[in-house]
Amino acid sequence: MRSMRPVLEIKNVRKEYGDVVAVGGVSFSVGRNEIVALLGPNGAGKTTLINMALAVLAPTSGTIMIEGHDVEKERRTALSRTNFATVYAQLPGNLTVRQNLYIFGLIYDVPELSKRIEEVMTEFDLVKFADTKAGLLSSGEQTRLSLGKAMLNEPRLLLLDEPTASLDPSTARTVRELIRDYGKKDGAAILWTSHNMFEVEAVCDRVLFLSKGTILLEGDPKKLPQEHGVPNLEELFIKVAREPLSVTVE
Amino acid sequence: MSMDLRRVYAIFIRYVYLVRTNAQRLVQIFVWVTFDIILWGFITKYLGGADVGNAGFVSTLLGSIILWDFLSRAMQGVSTPFLEDVWARNLLNIFASPLSVGEYLAGLVSVSIATSAVGIAVMFALAYVLFGYSILNLGLLLLPFICILFLTGITLGVLAAAILLRLGPSAEWFIWPLPMILSPFVGVFYPVTILPQWMQLIARVLPPSYVFEGMRAALMTGTFSAAALAAGFALACLYLALAYVIFVRTYRQAVRSGAIARYSAESFS
Repeated sequence: MRSMRPVLEIKNVRKEYGDVVAVGGVSFSVGRNEIVALLGPNGAGKTTLINMALAVLAPTSGTIMIEGHDVEKERRTALSRTNFATVYAQLPGNLTVRQNLYIFGLIYDVPELSKRIEEVMTEFDLVKFADTKAGLLSSGEQTRLSLGKAMLNEPRLLLLDEPTASLDPSTARTVRELIRDYGKKDGAAILWTSHNMFEVEAVCDRVLFLSKGTILLEGDPKKLPQEHGVPNLEELFIKVAREPLSVTVE
Repeated sequence: MSMDLRRVYAIFIRYVYLVRTNAQRLVQIFVWVTFDIILWGFITKYLGGADVGNAGFVSTLLGSIILWDFLSRAMQGVSTPFLEDVWARNLLNIFASPLSVGEYLAGLVSVSIATSAVGIAVMFALAYVLFGYSILNLGLLLLPFICILFLTGITLGVLAAAILLRLGPSAEWFIWPLPMILSPFVGVFYPVTILPQWMQLIARVLPPSYVFEGMRAALMTGTFSAAALAAGFALACLYLALAYVIFVRTYRQAVRSGAIARYSAESFS
């Protein structure tokens, strides 16, 4: 029987750079089949949190667990259950789509790799670019490749940092559907950052508003705006970004 | 921690893909060694014909060049695929994966084994075809020589990667001349005994000096010191272990400071 503990558990995580506090004692979790959005203005600490969950940035204090494995102490086990796509970490442009997927498939120890690569390329409409160098793809195609790589190992925890930022509305919708379907898969959890409040409302089960390294608000994206007297999530975002002291932690 | 060979192979095959599809990368494995052999082959020929120095010494020159180039190739075999990750801004994808630092370095070393083996084979062939010189005259002695130089080259390559990780992409200019810094001390072209005392002391702790002294002794007197070679080998192993420790510490520091997370060209000095 599968453990009921959350896929991602972030406990009292703090990150300081000298006197600057990038993240100040944040705690939250992402459960199975849950899609959680991490929202906040630029510099709020969203990417810092994602980097810490990916073990490329060490927290000053606190712990991050992925399926019960401490990211710092059991890095390999934790990261083999994780994958990510970000706008700032495209795959090498000097390798083809298929080569990139093959290399990362080996790194993530994906079983039946060739079959899985074909599945991912089909899912993300990359078959016609299989032998095209990633650097020659449009930004939208590159994003689809990053997402394909992110789902190659069918991770329990999927970390997405603005995954639809460079996609046209039609492709963005398709990608959102793929991500939402992935979130319904057996035990998968997704932590998503986005500045597109429409898609957050459409896809996410829960949102966390982060400002200056602390969580100010948490709740259902469909109910939170009304609870704070604003018409929609975008207005709530603006309110939190401009007047963080005017909102209270739930 | 156990090493997953599939992951090591991933780093190796990545470089194979790059070389296979890019003629410049393929050519750079051969081009410098080819020019070095041609240049030093003629210098050796000239010195031999002009009766400069003794014949044994002149004949060792080309052997020294081949072995020194091999060390440089071994170093570049590690540092070049690391730089490929830097240039492609791929370090975040690499280090945010389950790949361990040991597996990553083992992948870089496997690239070095392949590229330096190709490099030395080309040098052997050119030296023999163009100048009738066969370093294989050294017989089985060649094995420990190559082993010590390969370990030293790998050590320099791992140190170069650590320097890049610590100082950022702009430190690239600093890593290429690393073998040059060693060369005056290790007696590639001359016996270590002609060096001033302080340089001889440094030479004593540098593994390649045992190789070049050993090669000269073997070719000119027919004798060599097995104990000295063993000392050179032990030193080479020690330095490789130290280079690994330095890389791991640099990596941990980069994880603490956030350097890996923001590693991209011009992103930090």
